[in-house]
Amino acid sequence: MITYGSKKQLEELKKEAEKIRLSKGNIIGDTIVSDIFNNAEKLAHKVVRQGSYSVNWTTKTDNILTSKILGYPIMLLLLSTVFWITITGANMPSEIIATVLFGFQDVLTRWFIMIDAPNWLHGVLVLGLYRALAWVVSVMLPPMAIFFPLFTLLEDLGYLPRVAFNLDHLFRKANACGKQSLTMCMGFGCNAAGVVSCRIIDSPREKLIAILTNNFVPCNGRFPTLIAIGTIFGAGAVSQGYQSLAIAGIITILILLGVGTTFLVSWVLSRTILRGETSSMVLELPPYRRPKIGSVIYRSIIDRTIFVLRRAILVAAPAGAITWMLGNIFIVDLSLIGHVAHFLHPIAHSIGLDGFILMAFILGLPANEIILPILIMSYISSGHMLEFDNLVDLRNLLVDNGWTWLTAVNTMLFSLLHWPCATSLLTILKETGSKKWTIMAFIIPTTIAFTLCFIVTQIAHFLFI
Amino acid sequence: MITYDKSIPLSQIAVGCTCRIVGLELDGILRRRIQDLGIIPGTAVECIRRGPSGDPTAYTIRGTTVALRKEDASLIHVHLI
Repeated sequence: MITYGSKKQLEELKKEAEKIRLSKGNIIGDTIVSDIFNNAEKLAHKVVRQGSYSVNWTTKTDNILTSKILGYPIMLLLLSTVFWITITGANMPSEIIATVLFGFQDVLTRWFIMIDAPNWLHGVLVLGLYRALAWVVSVMLPPMAIFFPLFTLLEDLGYLPRVAFNLDHLFRKANACGKQSLTMCMGFGCNAAGVVSCRIIDSPREKLIAILTNNFVPCNGRFPTLIAIGTIFGAGAVSQGYQSLAIAGIITILILLGVGTTFLVSWVLSRTILRGETSSMVLELPPYRRPKIGSVIYRSIIDRTIFVLRRAILVAAPAGAITWMLGNIFIVDLSLIGHVAHFLHPIAHSIGLDGFILMAFILGLPANEIILPILIMSYISSGHMLEFDNLVDLRNLLVDNGWTWLTAVNTMLFSLLHWPCATSLLTILKETGSKKWTIMAFIIPTTIAFTLCFIVTQIAHFLFI
Repeated sequence: MITYDKSIPLSQIAVGCTCRIVGLELDGILRRRIQDLGIIPGTAVECIRRGPSGDPTAYTIRGTTVALRKEDASLIHVHLI
């Protein structure tokens, strides 16, 4: 008889069923499975005729891409090539978009003067909201529109499972799952998406490790910051012709550092609070396929680029307005931003940053995309007004505010390793269902970022100053 | 109990060799996962390559390629063909 029972009764029934199933060993299940496969085999034998064209091609490609000697170098080469193409390709469009958008700012200003709008309104809407938007679009859109299609192309070709195949033994040493490399690849796009993708890992322990460490792969919101700062400071010393190569090298080293941190933290976690046996890994290696260009473009531009850009714009617009207000509301002789930065300065200074940078990271909690715009806005509003629309002007602004190569290095390190954005944290809360693990996901990277930046700064001070 | 006479673990099969599955010693989710891929007694398996550092190993089963770690493969018993 069926009655309406509570969830508890259902759970009890499930337990009972499980007990009966286990008491019979695996015999029932095995019989069902082999029956299914026997039938499927008979059917397939009747109707399917096999060609052998793609198998050969896949084998030959795998001989190179997963070979003992070439496997790892090719992975590195592909990674840095993707960055190089992104950096080289994004330069021009970034400049053009910036010129157009910042040109339109002047038009907007003229309109505001025409209708005799009050100064503060112009400040909030044009100098705050609009300019933050212009920065986000011009700095982020071109790299995304190049990086995402390239990455989706690799995904479509079938290369990503090979990365997991190549790297699995390292994850095994860290007592984690090889599929974690796939979730890390997702993290390049967006850490929140990376956290969700951890569902592909079967063991709960290894899934938690993958979730807690996903943040060490820089997401798309942090890439533009890393690329911009790397471009300004890292490549300044190298002659013009090799600049983009040098930047690609710097970004690749940063990524490797993030990956190294992932291994280290996974290793420590699985020997301390997440102890347990290494569980199994079953990884399918599908044959290489010719990518469907249409679907690559659609998925990378619509699903990823537009999605991320929309989110950035939605967060950056109010953040820009608020930053402008904070920078223009004065208490005694200092703006609110100035007060906060002043307060944060001692801590920030010990890790090689300044109060404004640390404040930008804190205000950037909703989305990493807006950290650089907030930083620029707060420098501008706290000092004299500057007109600028390209990276040279940005370099001057940063240097005027006391940046050295050490500041640049620490800002990049901090960006790579610091706490996850609010969206990622909420996703972690949803996926783990536990406040404790969400707090851990905040504390672990934050501690690492502060510690590493502190060490780097103190060593640099000791050696050079 | 099933006995695996003269069988060897799948993990000991050399690259390029083909074998037939005799029995699975795996349990729980992994047993289900493995069975879902068609790794059941009677199936032919070819060992095709090892990862760059010797582990995991890729096997061809029913036309698809699946990579398994050494520990897991050692719980699958096979006969060489």
